[in-house]
Amino acid sequence: MQSKREREKQGREEIVRIISTCKTVEERSLDPFLVDVDESIKTAREYLPDWKIPEDLCLDAETIHSIASVVKLQSEWVKHRSTSLYTDPFLLQEKILHMDKHRLVATFAQVWRPIVEFEQISIHSIMESLQYWINLLPLDERWKEQPPLEVQAGQTSRDELVQQRILREQMFSEELAGYWKQLKTRVAEKGTGSKVSYWGFVGADTYEETVDRAFMTAFLVTYGYATLEIYPLEEEIFIKPNEKPETKIASTQLVSVPIPIPVEDWQKWRRGELK
Amino acid sequence: MSKRKATYASKVKRATHMLFYKRHTKPGVKGWELRKALGSDYPKVLKVLDDYLKELDLKVQTVFENEKSVEKPSPEQLDKARFLITLRGQLTPKEAKMVGWRIDDLAGLAIAVSHIVANKGKAPRKEVEDLLREKLPDWKVGPNIDRYIRYGYLTQDESEQLYLDWRTRAEVDQKALVDLLLRTEA
Repeated sequence: MQSKREREKQGREEIVRIISTCKTVEERSLDPFLVDVDESIKTAREYLPDWKIPEDLCLDAETIHSIASVVKLQSEWVKHRSTSLYTDPFLLQEKILHMDKHRLVATFAQVWRPIVEFEQISIHSIMESLQYWINLLPLDERWKEQPPLEVQAGQTSRDELVQQRILREQMFSEELAGYWKQLKTRVAEKGTGSKVSYWGFVGADTYEETVDRAFMTAFLVTYGYATLEIYPLEEEIFIKPNEKPETKIASTQLVSVPIPIPVEDWQKWRRGELK
Repeated sequence: MSKRKATYASKVKRATHMLFYKRHTKPGVKGWELRKALGSDYPKVLKVLDDYLKELDLKVQTVFENEKSVEKPSPEQLDKARFLITLRGQLTPKEAKMVGWRIDDLAGLAIAVSHIVANKGKAPRKEVEDLLREKLPDWKVGPNIDRYIRYGYLTQDESEQLYLDWRTRAEVDQKALVDLLLRTEA
């Protein structure tokens, strides 16, 4: 009796053979009725219960797809044969083989309407070409090798790097501490309770400055200098400074809160429509 | 001459220059190029030009993108179509030689085109080569098919299947060719 493994191996071989036959028919424009569709489906169905691993199931799906393509070709073949355009290629081949080349050309000339096209130079194009030639630099000038640019190594100061925006004016930690202080002052001046509205803190005279403040505020929250209070129903966000930096990493599950800063919202805030 | 007639006369001249003189690698002009140069009424201008060319046994031929022919083309289909000037009547075999083709090469083209037409528009290159080998020397077969491809009569895909290309669609009445070949007494 055939073992399970042997049966699977035989099944795979048969399935691959079916796929290969279908592909050959498709690629070489052979008669699609050369494929016995019923027999192929029967084979695929017979081995389907044996397939357990995804690769075998994919192979089975590919078989069905190939058979479906052949069925489509069969349908097209029948349609084409039933039209008046159908010509038996073998009959035509026989005719061609028995005709000499002179008769073939005479027949082809009756249905051939070659394209007419001119290639002729005009005075205008000659003048344009001349002008181009006059303006064209000689080859030795065009292909002259440029010596590599010499770059002198020099020194740069911190101020220059700040000007070029490579370094920030303050150290990041100093800047963050500055923002923390600003937040506490803002809460003391304009805050409600111990918090201030998000836009009330990040909003600035220019949009660029606002984005910069929002960027630093994100770090204030991440590093535990402040906490965000979000009221989704009221669509309100408050920021609350902490007395001491509190790190919550490893103590609670941290979440990321993306807060978009679109120009429209900044403009609304400027008009006093956004609190 | 009325102003309208003068405008059309000038547009017909411009269309003649565009269609007769080669502008790109492929001959002919796309519909959108004609629309840009002549205005949206370019199909009317082409109709007038076609009437003029009738007396010279020439015609304005339209080759639609990927299609054999369109009964009532939309402006979009016309924009994408290629317009060419072709012969209206027939060439004698002697005249065909003057067009720059050797009789062998032209016979080879006739065989390749008719075989592909009879095989629903595609045939393996090897099959066409075998057919040509019956009448042409072996060393000429490959280069000849390459030449038909280069000129735009045939095209080939990565699996070496040959199809009819834009020039066959423009120049050859495929159905008439097959009918004539089948009617020929052996």
